[in-house]
Amino acid sequence: MPVSSDSSMRKALPVEELEKVAKKLRRHIIIMTGKAGSGHPGGSLSATDIVTTIYFNLLRHNPADPDWPDRDRFILSKGHAAPVLYAALAESGYFPLEELPTLRKLGSSLQGHADSNVTPGVEMTAGSLGQGLSFSVGVAIAGRLNSKDYRVYVLLGDGECDEGQVWEAAMAAAHFKVDNLTAIVDNNGLQIDGWNKDVMSLEPLNEKWKSFGWHVIEVDGHNINQLLDAFKEAEFVKGQPTVIIAHTVKGKGVSFMENNVDFHGKAPDAEQVELALKELE
Amino acid sequence: MAEEVAMREVYGKTLVELGRENPDIVVLDADLSASTMTKYFAKEFPERFFDCGIAEQNMVTIAAGLASAGKIPFASTFAVFVPGRCFDQVRVSIAHSELNVKLVVTHGGLSVGEDGATHQAIEDLSLITSLPGFTVIVPGDGIETAQAVRTAASVQGPFYIRLPRLKTPIIYTDDYKFEIGKAVELRPGKDVTVIAIGIMVAAALEAAENLYKEGIDCRVVNMPTIKPIDEAAIARAAEETGAIVTAEEHLEHGGLASAVAQVAAKNHPAPMEFVAVKDTYAESGTPAELLKKYGLTADDIEQAVKKVLKRKK
Repeated sequence: MPVSSDSSMRKALPVEELEKVAKKLRRHIIIMTGKAGSGHPGGSLSATDIVTTIYFNLLRHNPADPDWPDRDRFILSKGHAAPVLYAALAESGYFPLEELPTLRKLGSSLQGHADSNVTPGVEMTAGSLGQGLSFSVGVAIAGRLNSKDYRVYVLLGDGECDEGQVWEAAMAAAHFKVDNLTAIVDNNGLQIDGWNKDVMSLEPLNEKWKSFGWHVIEVDGHNINQLLDAFKEAEFVKGQPTVIIAHTVKGKGVSFMENNVDFHGKAPDAEQVELALKELE
Repeated sequence: MAEEVAMREVYGKTLVELGRENPDIVVLDADLSASTMTKYFAKEFPERFFDCGIAEQNMVTIAAGLASAGKIPFASTFAVFVPGRCFDQVRVSIAHSELNVKLVVTHGGLSVGEDGATHQAIEDLSLITSLPGFTVIVPGDGIETAQAVRTAASVQGPFYIRLPRLKTPIIYTDDYKFEIGKAVELRPGKDVTVIAIGIMVAAALEAAENLYKEGIDCRVVNMPTIKPIDEAAIARAAEETGAIVTAEEHLEHGGLASAVAQVAAKNHPAPMEFVAVKDTYAESGTPAELLKKYGLTADDIEQAVKKVLKRKK
């Protein structure tokens, strides 16, 4: 398979197809975490439309050659959303779909948090929050130094933005004028102990990023058209990094999980799996 | 008196040579380039030098990202800040994936001096050696420093190299060849072995010379690689001399003392004494005053040797 042509590596599905893929990924997330008996469905479901848009429309990558040096990178900084990443990787062809139900089992290549050592296509080991943006700045700078035209996409949680390192990295990305980097904040409003505004206020988030020197775009993180427009806009921004603040709903797509913080780090039981899958038909 | 050279000065110059040889070498610092001596590299290769400001967590994680995309990043600051200030980043972003990041830190140990306890790294080796995958080196002089830095650049995987602030005597000749995981016998001896690292290597040689005059034949071994440690050299010391003293500018817990004792206990137990900082923080003072007060002089090594010999069977 040729690995030099950019466009041949990009899947670029149309919006209606992307919506179907997103539903498939959501079903995987429910089945995987249900089978595992643990895991993080809430923040995986909130990020599903973002991850779907990236993997099935934007990313130039080659699942048959995960280390292709010219590939675009998707870096999952909120490593607990591993289920949505695994679902996207499996649907892309990095590994067989049959592996998904091994999530979190002893010896599985699908670890509880994203692990670049054992899962093909995972770019960074993550789970201890706040590190992915810094890592992405490094990957983006390396691309510039190596005269590669790849883009780096990094997905952060909103709660993750409590971590001071996120802002160290934000400062550095603007200082080094890293414009081949697009960060996305999965702004679902909830963190483990409750609503962000009650646990640790993040607002005004838009102004925070702007004041750190970023180009800021706000979208409905479940509207694929808006996401596509935002990603396109980001590609044309030069001399500064772009952040897309994606307003999302934790647990999106499953009524009893939506905005329910209980499902941050709890898997659905057998009955809930059945109910959820019915809603995702 | 042997010629004295600052290992960090050697590091800075070696980086420039490496930069000329390999375009993939990149250097990061956290606002201390004039002290870590990465300033030389910054001057010659500004496009490959990244001052990350006073943000060590960010610096080491950017280094991880650079390494994941094929670069060979050297990240430098004071030993007290890396790994202490960013231990989790070093653990998760570098060590877990065994990324090709070279952490070269300066101002290790008490000999930092007047800056006081907050700036005296005495637990860094304990932290960094606890991480699977890291190669940990504490060179004994400038010649060894240059070679260790070159080795780190050419060998895949994460490295931690710890250097002192002060100038130290040159111990080796130019034909010395550093090898990862290989101890170096600097002085033969049959009564006892002193295993030393960093600035304590010169002190150990001085102690051995004094002890020889008192009729004690002391072997001196430099153990530049703390991890992976030279188990064979420790076994030989235990077998052939029957007693071991370790000497380091670090807490007794978790550094050279622990590593050597662990290997000896497993393979060939022998009585041991440890010249190291006891379970305490130090304070401001001149380097010489601090080394004396906290028991890190040639005289302390001599006393430890005499003590361990009393227990030798």
